[in-house]
Amino acid sequence: MNFGFVLMKTLRAVVTVWLVLTFVFIVLRLSGDPASRLLPDDIDPQTVAYYRAEWGRDRPLWEQYAAYFTSAAEGSFGISFRDRRPALEVILERVPATLELGLLSFAFAIVVGIPLGVVAALKRNTVFDRLAMSFAVLGYAMPYFFMGVLLILLFSLQLRWLPSSGSSTWWHLIMPVLTLGTTPAAMFARFTRSSVLEVMNKPFIRTARAKGALPWREIVFHALPNAAIPVVTVMGLRLGELIGGAVVTETVFAWPGMGRLLVGAVANRDLAVVQGIVVLIAISMVTVNLLLDLAYGWLDPRIRTARQEGRAEGRA
Amino acid sequence: MTVELARLKQDNRRFRVRFRLPSFGLQRFPAAVAAAAGFLALMAICAVFADMLAPYSYEEQSLLGRLQPPFWLGGSGGYLLGSDELGRDVFSRTLFAIRTSMAVALLGTVIGALFGTFLGFLAARFRGWVEDLVMMLVDCQAAMPFLIIALAVLAFMGNNLVLFIALMGIYGWEKYARVARGLVLSAQEQGYALAVHSLGSGGFRLYFKHILPNVLSPLIVLLTLNIPDTILMETTLSFLGFGIQPPRTSLGLTLGMGRDYLLTAWWIAVVPGVVIFLTTLSISLVGDWLRDRFDPTLQ
Repeated sequence: MNFGFVLMKTLRAVVTVWLVLTFVFIVLRLSGDPASRLLPDDIDPQTVAYYRAEWGRDRPLWEQYAAYFTSAAEGSFGISFRDRRPALEVILERVPATLELGLLSFAFAIVVGIPLGVVAALKRNTVFDRLAMSFAVLGYAMPYFFMGVLLILLFSLQLRWLPSSGSSTWWHLIMPVLTLGTTPAAMFARFTRSSVLEVMNKPFIRTARAKGALPWREIVFHALPNAAIPVVTVMGLRLGELIGGAVVTETVFAWPGMGRLLVGAVANRDLAVVQGIVVLIAISMVTVNLLLDLAYGWLDPRIRTARQEGRAEGRA
Repeated sequence: MTVELARLKQDNRRFRVRFRLPSFGLQRFPAAVAAAAGFLALMAICAVFADMLAPYSYEEQSLLGRLQPPFWLGGSGGYLLGSDELGRDVFSRTLFAIRTSMAVALLGTVIGALFGTFLGFLAARFRGWVEDLVMMLVDCQAAMPFLIIALAVLAFMGNNLVLFIALMGIYGWEKYARVARGLVLSAQEQGYALAVHSLGSGGFRLYFKHILPNVLSPLIVLLTLNIPDTILMETTLSFLGFGIQPPRTSLGLTLGMGRDYLLTAWWIAVVPGVVIFLTTLSISLVGDWLRDRFDPTLQ
């Protein structure tokens, strides 16, 4: 792995997190004085001044900015107004539920979407291809919240098969995972199909075939690794949408995760919790994208070589 | 021998696939595109003539006519698509909701396109630190899920209509900035741009009278493709209760409110849901088709 490349990418990731933190700081200051918002109107000025001092609002702006960064680096985003506990503690409790839902939905999307795309590409212009692509177009246009409402109507209220909210058993997972996983599955199917179609025309597939490779070997060992690169790019780019979808899905199914916590915190204007979640999401998005960037080199030797040549030129 | 030849021919046919970008089956279904365009025209008519088409006002309540089912399920009281928990006509409310949602989505998309294109032009024109700054903002915006940013801003600043439309306008700007920058960078090196420049017209005239018309069509295609995303963002935020506020109505808001009545009156939630789904589906069908037809960069 190229050290300079890793360093540059890491620096960019740090800058992005810094920008997000600064953005939160600016919007928070723009939103006005919490002392006058939270305290009743008829309170005496000494109390207001006391709370301003307590929250550090009486100090100059740059000092507040520095203090804000120090506390953020320590992982402290303030006290949740609602729970009267540190915001980070409240948030971290909800992380496992969100990860469970998110990872299972992602796995569902991969298991359904990628084989669908591969088969659609290999059986191009057949009935299967058309059905698969119709599913992809429909699944992509379906909003998460409407999908969730329809599933509840069908499976909870009409058929009475599945519970509509909560998270105590495995049955509770089925509808949220379907809701959150369908759109990415549709997306993966579309991209895998186009990517496989493109790769199947390349000369190296012809070579593999001329060497007498069996059809399944040709696909699994030669076509798929090459078709994977654009699909991995899409996964990284669309991760943000998955996070947004998780917020909606958790709200619809009363799933006790971070997304539902965020919606509740926004409704109650529990700013410490909102702030903590925004920063946590920024850090995880940036980390995942960084890892994906580094994974390209491993997936695609051409990129690796290009990077090394780039370094050589840089030295010269 | 003949068998061998036949096999070779067959194999050849398999490899002789023309290079073509995925059309996602759309070029084969112009009928689907026509239907989608027809549906969008219908939506536009609904949005513009909501006052004339709606049999009731969107806030007209009737205590006796609460939770009436649609007419085909034996609903009484003359409600075409049933009524909601306050006895308001779902059909009329949907028409007005279409108007609000379309207006916010169109306005938001256009604001975002103008803003993003302008920054893209600035980046390509001035290069240097301006370009670095714009691209850093683009990366930063792309790194954060917009829904989270929007929720945070609405939590910090409180909800109001102007702020909400401004947020919808910010949504997606980075795509236009990125594309516009790339297009302008290559356009300003082309013969016509150099010629106009050497004739002494710089700055505004060169960029807005000569380069802009030449890079417009991919940007317009991008704009069409972005409308469904904006509609989904608006309806999602309204669904969560942080977008359009009552007594105004939007498709996402009615769907979110109707969620509490799924057992007794499913039509309150399902009608706006179907409209949202069909609208985003139609726009993306038409948009994909437009892109395949008209975007020269993809051919």
